[in-house]
Amino acid sequence: MTITQSRRNFLATSLGLVIAVALPMRGRAQSGAALAFQPDGTEPTFAPNAFIRVAEDDTVTVIIKHIEFGQGPFTGLSTLVAEEMDADWSQMRAESAPADDEKYKNLLFGLQATGGSTAMANSYTQMRKAGAAARAMLVQAAAEDWGVDASTITISGGVLTSGDKFSTFGPLAAKAAMLTPPEDPPVKDPKDFVLIGKDRPKLDSLAKSTGSAVFTMDMDLPGMEYVVIRHAPMLGGAVASFDDADALKVPGVTAVRQIPQGIAVYATSTHAALSGRNALTVEWDNSAAETRTSAQMMEDFAALANSGEARAAEEVGDVDASLSESQNVIEMEFRFPYLAHAPMEPLDAVIQVKEGSAETWGGYQFPGFDRQAVAGTLGLPVENVKLNVMLAGGSFGRRAQPSAQIGNEISAIAKAAGRDGAWKLIWTREDDLAGGYYRPMTVHKMRGAVDTDGNIIGWHDVIVNQSIMAGGPMEQMMKDGKDPTSYEGAVKMPYDLANLRVDWVRAESAVPVLWWRSVGHSHTGYATEVFLDHLLEAGGKDPLQGRLDLLKGDMGRDRAVLEKVAEMADWDGTKVKGDKGYGVALHESFGTYVAQIAEVEDRDGFPHVTKVWCAVDCGVAVNPNVIRAQIEGGIGYGLGTVLFNAVTLGEGGVVQEQNFDTYRMLRINEMPAVEVEIIESALDPTGIGEPGTPPVGPAVANAWRALTGTNVTTLPFLSANGA
Amino acid sequence: MTTFTVNGEERTVDVPGDTPLLWVLRDELKLTGTKFGCGVAQCGACTVMLDGMTRRSCVTPVSMLEGADIQTIEGLDTPEAIAVQAAWTAIDVPQCGWCQSGQVVSAAALLYEIPNPTDEQIDQAMAGNICRCATYVRIRQAIKDAAKTLEG
Repeated sequence: MTITQSRRNFLATSLGLVIAVALPMRGRAQSGAALAFQPDGTEPTFAPNAFIRVAEDDTVTVIIKHIEFGQGPFTGLSTLVAEEMDADWSQMRAESAPADDEKYKNLLFGLQATGGSTAMANSYTQMRKAGAAARAMLVQAAAEDWGVDASTITISGGVLTSGDKFSTFGPLAAKAAMLTPPEDPPVKDPKDFVLIGKDRPKLDSLAKSTGSAVFTMDMDLPGMEYVVIRHAPMLGGAVASFDDADALKVPGVTAVRQIPQGIAVYATSTHAALSGRNALTVEWDNSAAETRTSAQMMEDFAALANSGEARAAEEVGDVDASLSESQNVIEMEFRFPYLAHAPMEPLDAVIQVKEGSAETWGGYQFPGFDRQAVAGTLGLPVENVKLNVMLAGGSFGRRAQPSAQIGNEISAIAKAAGRDGAWKLIWTREDDLAGGYYRPMTVHKMRGAVDTDGNIIGWHDVIVNQSIMAGGPMEQMMKDGKDPTSYEGAVKMPYDLANLRVDWVRAESAVPVLWWRSVGHSHTGYATEVFLDHLLEAGGKDPLQGRLDLLKGDMGRDRAVLEKVAEMADWDGTKVKGDKGYGVALHESFGTYVAQIAEVEDRDGFPHVTKVWCAVDCGVAVNPNVIRAQIEGGIGYGLGTVLFNAVTLGEGGVVQEQNFDTYRMLRINEMPAVEVEIIESALDPTGIGEPGTPPVGPAVANAWRALTGTNVTTLPFLSANGA
Repeated sequence: MTTFTVNGEERTVDVPGDTPLLWVLRDELKLTGTKFGCGVAQCGACTVMLDGMTRRSCVTPVSMLEGADIQTIEGLDTPEAIAVQAAWTAIDVPQCGWCQSGQVVSAAALLYEIPNPTDEQIDQAMAGNICRCATYVRIRQAIKDAAKTLEG
């Protein structure tokens, strides 16, 4: 069974009714993950490489090696191909690549993976080359067909022309397929870009506005059972014993099995599976679990900051001397809670096992790991496991699992069933929020000093948190026992600080931690930019001019975004105007430079953010529309988090926040207006999914302090020393 | 057995009375445009129209649906819904897309009640629908754009 057929069969069964909506379906590029586009008889005939398929009906399908969960690679990578092929946007299609760590590897990671805001950065040249190769072959095919010199042929809007001869791609596809792809085709000079740099509608917006986009949880296979798992209530806990007598009495429940991840309940519907799970009695072995409260853990982490066990992550000058000599040392301790990613589509997966082969569907972000895990669990050769990367309802890091969490879980379900069949795993919101893999709880103990002229003469940051990379396949990337994701953003700051040290102390816990949108920057951005604001104020400096004056000479991109955001917000050094406070923050992450100014009101003692101005430099802006969307969303994501969110462990280590009633999401009435300006650049593109998130917290905190005098160092704002 | 109308079609289901409408739609009727997000009426991803009003299907047991008239995202064909979906697509509101069926249903219902909503009315009507991607800036804009289209 070929990939194309399989996809079509799946769509035919699961999309029994595709609703016709009175919207233009033609003339708009679309996503193959959402709808079946190629009618029978128009199989792609020209496949110049692993990324491009040209069909006789002129459609160009781009195989996207990165998972699409809203950050836009379907649209962005298709734009690169369309640009180099001189295709018309309406003929473009996109679909997910299958699992293949060689063909579809992230060139920055060496395996197929989406993360670290690298989708565009690592694909930029590769996808343009792929498009350029396809173009060259179509041109060659036309030249031979028409008996003209290739140099006389031009392409525009998907039409090749030479003199009075012209053709679209489709009629040339069969001939082009016979040619040898050029090895190193030239790509366009950026000044000749037609599509790159222009706003481009996204490929998947229509399907996602009509309910027809197919996600993992929407899948249906013949004979498929629904499965939910009772996971340990304490992180690191395991099943000691269980009683399934009542669960098995629930109509629709077909089986209950113990698997390494907990107790799996199999049923003929989701509701029956959930009812069966409610009827389970499970005794837990908590000997390896985290049983401290998070409040106790935070005290333990804070104590570790003074333990002297630190590893130096960066050192400049002599900070101990500068601080001990100063009369004006400022100390501040920042405390950041565990955070859940809370993607709107909870974790899920589907698997089908049949005659010694398995096929799985999921929002797999490191598909090679999950494919390997499925093969390992089921004892199958890896080539007998087919993995399909589905559209995912958000991730924010949660699906980027070096542990192959979901691949392991879905295959354990199939293995425990002990037969051929099909199963869908569904996590509830409670499973999600209480399920660990959090943004690490973190303490920043900071000391700084300002001299009598207001200059910062010392900066010391001790960071305490668990390592994300340790204990998994990523550990090999750690050097000298140091995990850079624990302190990234606190080191290599753009500021010229003569005496600086950043120390990291590794904390331990059974609570699993993971990258969460912007990873280390999610706390370092806040701690450094709020602390800096204090020191500038202590030195009598303006927050904006003070930052500009402090930038190292070669930090031109930082300077440009700061100057641009000042212009956008009409910054004149006034931190409070009427009933509004204003705060500044600057933070580079994933190679992208972002400056923000927040406008904040005091509503009954709690901040209400009315507006955020943002200047961003991410190199070539491939699709400004997607960049603005990611900045808007990144700001909302970061804002809701600093205002409301903490995952806390209560008595005995039980997670307290189980659903959105206690883990509160930012809502539309709390969303500020957002104004985005993108710095024009010809430099290679960098990331955009994450960099919008880190600066909003400190910008809001700095504005809030200007307005009310309250300094928020324990997050979220909605907590003890918040408002 | 419970009989009700979904998107204009009479449907009869034989499931326990406490089964939420959400899972009846998704598992029994294979209408998967309506999404599961929280199960406790906190997020709005499962919003449908029930007898002309928005309703969280995740907390609506099938036992109360005898004779009910339900519309899901798949069957939503009012002028308001069509205008909302066109506006959503035109300015690319969706990111991950999981919550957007619920957002579209709520927005169409809002425009049916209030053809020209103010920012405050939009905030009030849409505050029950969480978007984790925080597409709220564009949701506001698209609702206003749809209102303009409907004005003609």
